[in-house]
Amino acid sequence: MATAITSRQVPTGGKRSRLEVIDCDIHNIIPSNETLYKYLPERWRRHHQRFGLRGHLGGYYPRALMNAARHDAWPPSGLPAGSDLDFMRKQLLDAYDIRYGILNCLYGAGGQLNLEYGAALARAINDWQIADWLEPEPRLRASIIVPYEDGDLAAAEIDRVGDHPGFVQVLLLVRTNEPLGRPRYRKIYQAALRHQLPVGIHFGGAGAGPITGAGWPSHYIEDHGGMPQAFQAQVISLVCEGVFEQFPSLQVALVEGGFAWMAPLMWRLDHCWRKLPEEIPTLRHPPSTYVRRHFWFTTQPMEEPPQPRYFRQLLEHMDADDRMMFATDYPHWDFDSPENAVPAGLSLELRKKIMSENARSLYGLD
Amino acid sequence: MVSVSGEEEQQPFWSGRPVIDCDLHNEVPSLEALKPYLADHWCAYVEESAFRGPDADDYPKGAPTSIRPGLEWEGEVEEQLALMRKQVLDPLQVEFGLLDCSYRVQGVHDPELAAALSSAINRWQAEHWLDRDLRLRASIVAPTQNAVLAAREIDRWGADPRFVQAVMPVRSLIPYGNRIYDPIYEAAVRHDLVLGIQFGGAPGHPPTPSGWLSTYLEEYAAMAQVFQSQVTSLIVEGVFDRFPDLRVALIEAGCSWMPSLMWRLDKEWRGLRRDIPWVKRPPSDYIRQHIRLTLQPVDAPPSPGQLLEVIGQLDSDEMLMFATDHPHWHFDRLEEAFPTGLSESLARRVLAENARAFYRL
Repeated sequence: MATAITSRQVPTGGKRSRLEVIDCDIHNIIPSNETLYKYLPERWRRHHQRFGLRGHLGGYYPRALMNAARHDAWPPSGLPAGSDLDFMRKQLLDAYDIRYGILNCLYGAGGQLNLEYGAALARAINDWQIADWLEPEPRLRASIIVPYEDGDLAAAEIDRVGDHPGFVQVLLLVRTNEPLGRPRYRKIYQAALRHQLPVGIHFGGAGAGPITGAGWPSHYIEDHGGMPQAFQAQVISLVCEGVFEQFPSLQVALVEGGFAWMAPLMWRLDHCWRKLPEEIPTLRHPPSTYVRRHFWFTTQPMEEPPQPRYFRQLLEHMDADDRMMFATDYPHWDFDSPENAVPAGLSLELRKKIMSENARSLYGLD
Repeated sequence: MVSVSGEEEQQPFWSGRPVIDCDLHNEVPSLEALKPYLADHWCAYVEESAFRGPDADDYPKGAPTSIRPGLEWEGEVEEQLALMRKQVLDPLQVEFGLLDCSYRVQGVHDPELAAALSSAINRWQAEHWLDRDLRLRASIVAPTQNAVLAAREIDRWGADPRFVQAVMPVRSLIPYGNRIYDPIYEAAVRHDLVLGIQFGGAPGHPPTPSGWLSTYLEEYAAMAQVFQSQVTSLIVEGVFDRFPDLRVALIEAGCSWMPSLMWRLDKEWRGLRRDIPWVKRPPSDYIRQHIRLTLQPVDAPPSPGQLLEVIGQLDSDEMLMFATDHPHWHFDRLEEAFPTGLSESLARRVLAENARAFYRL
């Protein structure tokens, strides 16, 4: 339940007892292009200065607000929202007494057409994350940025930083060039498992084609509101291509994808599998079994049914109480507050699971 | 679907209730069937270029979903119609059966050829199907990749009361909310026709926002997301504000995902409605007013009680319309084609009355 942008409340401690909070989706923003210079070798620094980011262009929809950020998340320092650690501490980590926060840097390294440049950017970003975020702030953890369109380069980066205790997952964006079950991505999963890391798939990315299976829409709301369709496609691909038969311990977090679509998708996949099993003979179980064993969901932005009983039905249909993880999406406009995002009426036990315990289990936090 | 419920109603669902089947597939057996309706120029073109039809494969011939297991057929009209009568029209005592021809003229890049094929198909439908069985109604096939030519084809058939809808494949080059399609919607409204959006299509770009899937199963499953994108586009881009009388049927889309889309879109609208000021009401209002779903496949949850919950979450008794999707395979016995446990009034609405009102039958 996104708090209205114009009337953001200062956290009060509230009527509900404070539960421990782990925030599974915080965005740390690179303050300027110059920030990465010192982490890039000369060849790529020059490239970065002269050509800069080049991905699949033509898919830009102006976001509701500059940088998609809350008005009040722009720090007094004049830096971009999400780039000032002190201000993030004050506005998020301290304000809501967040135990751990997981950083998902969305700079775009993974979507670069020049794969070597993407790999150099990913290395630079990860080194910057260690120096400017993980070392100064013990409450923060981060996701490893990888050039995910090249399995070898991505695996090399996972191997390079995967044992750093600050990194807790490998980050992919949901709009990839090909569905994530395709063979080219397998080395990423293999490398993640070498370092006992889950894979996170986050909202966004540029893909290699239109952002819907029906072509390019016209408005940001279709870009933003259409993201669950990309997540569903990735779940279909990962399950049906047998990724979890090949990697039985792989765990995948779907970050900022919503979750109300998950139960209907499981039902549809199970029906398809019953009718067409011969096409995907590697599956030994109904698709829903793999979904339940391997996927985790962050809460923001959560679908909001008009009736509280529909929300309870939705949770029952999903049967994923152990897999839902709270996230704020700070500093973005559709921020969810730890104080009032999770609907009233859930049991204390379930609220604890959502607010911290599930994430603690997935990410191995103490 | 009650195949897993273990419960059986005492009477089959069609007993004592009118039935309208909103999704029966009539398949053009081959281009040969259309040649009598094609101009000499096109016959020569087809001959010389060895064109065999659109570059689309929504229903692979041998896939069990395309045709019920155990059926072998050549697909001549007589055979198709005999099977349709034997398996659906007669046993269910269907009052009206709506043909949903899925010949993908929209995948033909030459718009003139696509238009000529469309006209030929509609004449073929009128002569070989509608004239032969008075229970049948048909869908106008039109080259909807070109709105002007599509509107012309709709105008050609709009006065024939046996054509009750115009169809377009869910996979389009550009989403259907875009204003380029307005001539089609004007024509549909002019003739009081439903606009049907069908499973399938081959616009040439990938079926997902993340590229091409490996298998037909995945593409079949993922088609529901394309429907979700089209519903979003129709509402957000203001089609129902420009055409308040337009009615849209989603055909073979699955049903159980619809509540989750309504919740998502309503939330998006609350957050971003300043970007789309022409959308005055929550998207779920538009959906309930303008959009209907054919029943098969239901993609039902394992427990019948949960299916009733999902149907309840639509907050509407009017949205579902019965369909067998014949000859596609979604159930083993006719008794399984309809959910158990619906109230009598809802059952009657879903079986016939919703479609009667929507299609003006």
